[in-house]
Amino acid sequence: MTTLTESLNPGALTSGRLPRMAEPGILVGAAITGLTISALIAGGNIALGVVLAYVIFLVTIEIVARIVEGPRQAADRRARSLIVGAFVLALIPLGSVTYEVVKNGMARFDVNYFSMSMRNVVGEGGGAAHAITGTLWVTGMASLISVPIGLMTAIYLSEYGSRSKLSQSITFFVDVMTGIPSIVAGLFAYSLMAMLFGPGTVSGFAGSIALSVLMIPVVVRSCEELLRLVPNELREASYALGVPTWLTIVKVVVPTAISGIVSGVILAVARVIGETAPLLIAAGFTASLNNNPFSGPMMTLPVFVYDSYAHPGIPPQAYLDRAWAGALTLIVIVMVLNLTGRLIARRFAPKTGR
Amino acid sequence: MTKPVLETSTTEPEGMLASDGPDPKRHGDPVFRGFATGAGILILAILAAVAAFLLFQGAPALIADPAALTEQGYGPFWAWVLPFIFGTLWAAILALVIAVPIAIGIALFISHYAPRRLAQPLGYVIDLLAAVPSVVFGLWGGLVLAPAVVPLYTWLNQNLSWIPLFSGQVSGTGRTILTAAIVLATMVLPIITSLCREVFLQAPRLHEEAALALGATQWEMIKLAVFPYARPGIIAAIMLGLGRALGETMAVSMVLSGSANITIQVLTSNNPNTIAAVIAQGFPEAFGLKTNELIAAGLVLFVITLAVNMVARWIVSRRAAYSGAN
Repeated sequence: MTTLTESLNPGALTSGRLPRMAEPGILVGAAITGLTISALIAGGNIALGVVLAYVIFLVTIEIVARIVEGPRQAADRRARSLIVGAFVLALIPLGSVTYEVVKNGMARFDVNYFSMSMRNVVGEGGGAAHAITGTLWVTGMASLISVPIGLMTAIYLSEYGSRSKLSQSITFFVDVMTGIPSIVAGLFAYSLMAMLFGPGTVSGFAGSIALSVLMIPVVVRSCEELLRLVPNELREASYALGVPTWLTIVKVVVPTAISGIVSGVILAVARVIGETAPLLIAAGFTASLNNNPFSGPMMTLPVFVYDSYAHPGIPPQAYLDRAWAGALTLIVIVMVLNLTGRLIARRFAPKTGR
Repeated sequence: MTKPVLETSTTEPEGMLASDGPDPKRHGDPVFRGFATGAGILILAILAAVAAFLLFQGAPALIADPAALTEQGYGPFWAWVLPFIFGTLWAAILALVIAVPIAIGIALFISHYAPRRLAQPLGYVIDLLAAVPSVVFGLWGGLVLAPAVVPLYTWLNQNLSWIPLFSGQVSGTGRTILTAAIVLATMVLPIITSLCREVFLQAPRLHEEAALALGATQWEMIKLAVFPYARPGIIAAIMLGLGRALGETMAVSMVLSGSANITIQVLTSNNPNTIAAVIAQGFPEAFGLKTNELIAAGLVLFVITLAVNMVARWIVSRRAAYSGAN
């Protein structure tokens, strides 16, 4: 009460302040009002209630703050409410995706799912063993291609090509390459195979080439950053002992940064393992297990999810259940890879002086 | 006295060199350096090869006789691809209109509003959004989001149909370009957020403290000291988000039921499709000239995203040079 009277008193030296409990109080009041209105007019639609409550809160606090504190403080409060609101809004899709994938994915997250393929399966039953094997093949070979190229390029950028024209253009185009649409990478691999082996050639290897185009820039960026963190004293100490440059890099620089490089590679794998569009085009579809990446189409987990969703058979629910289980498997794989990568980076971080 | 000293000092290294010959280990250097340089050049070659192969395989569609294209393909190339170019740009712009204010809000929340101990875990949570594969977002958008937004669309259509965007016959499935744009917005959100957060954190502390000391509120401080400094970074982040939204395939192809028409109505069942989605939907069944036309469409998409990304990177690098001078 005292603050209110002070603020309304024009002779006071300090400007008015809302009492500390005003904001939470108005928030609770707005929540109750919003949910009540939605219960009365829309049968308790929670989304509508929350939106109403937020709008009521914004309007009320704006009016109260304007009267008591003046327009500048009111603008400050408005900005803060909107910013916190934006953050909460962004958590909704994250929460919703996690909840729906776990809820719907558990229906088929069983032993059969991981041990059976879709060969001769119509309707219920079957599994994604062929797709999981395919994903391991394709991603594994993509890593085999990308890691040496990416690591050597990073070594060139950080150790050899300091500020040369070539290294500047490589840095620029590696950045540009991170923005290549994934489907374009798939078209590239398809065109390459079409030129070499005739049109319509799809194979696991073509899929790996497509994924490499997406993976190389990620590997280069993270490795280069890590190599630059290695303190120069280590290199100079090695040179002082008469060790040539390349041995210094192989025996001193890379081992010092190895934990970061490993975690960077794991994060890059996590990034491409969920790519669908390039594999749809370059690796094709199949219902059976294919363990030869150089011939015949190879199913992968993301394509399996897409195919089950886009071309369901009868009954459709069985196909959708398999799609959700595939999505759950993918999310689990990606999260495990992410956590492993970050854990390695943190546990075995190089001691960079000081 | 001086002569022997000189002799020993000059002959000793000579003798060592002569007896040992050139150090065999020193051959490793040029070889290793060659491998490293070669890997770097290979990356440039791959990028050039992407453009060259797309051009080579897409060329038949670009130069073929329009009559042949009508007969065996999807029709004359530019007339066929134009609605999809429009759809690609339209979906990306809608997604950015939704994502940019929210992303800037989140970045500010993490950099200036959240308690310091919470800031890093919160940033990590937003990064998790970026790790979710696009096919999962597609599944979620098609099976969860689309049915959920139908009541909202019906309401918008009934009450705000005087706005051209919301006019027309409302879709019953919710699989409209607005839904696709919402899914796209969710996917570009973490990209824009992480870049903006970085530039907001780099804003000079002294400017911020000076603004606060002069009595500015926190919001005024952000407007005076943070935004002017961060503007180039924000623009670059938006351009990178645009590049991602233009090229995103699965989320659009699984959510949107699109066709070849140009319209700005976002709630109807007649939606323009995007280039990436057209390729993904048509490619498995395409053959002959149809394949060539789809690859040529991919080339168009490649050129658009390349241009957007190069402008964005150019802004980023210009800014990096500028801040380094500070």
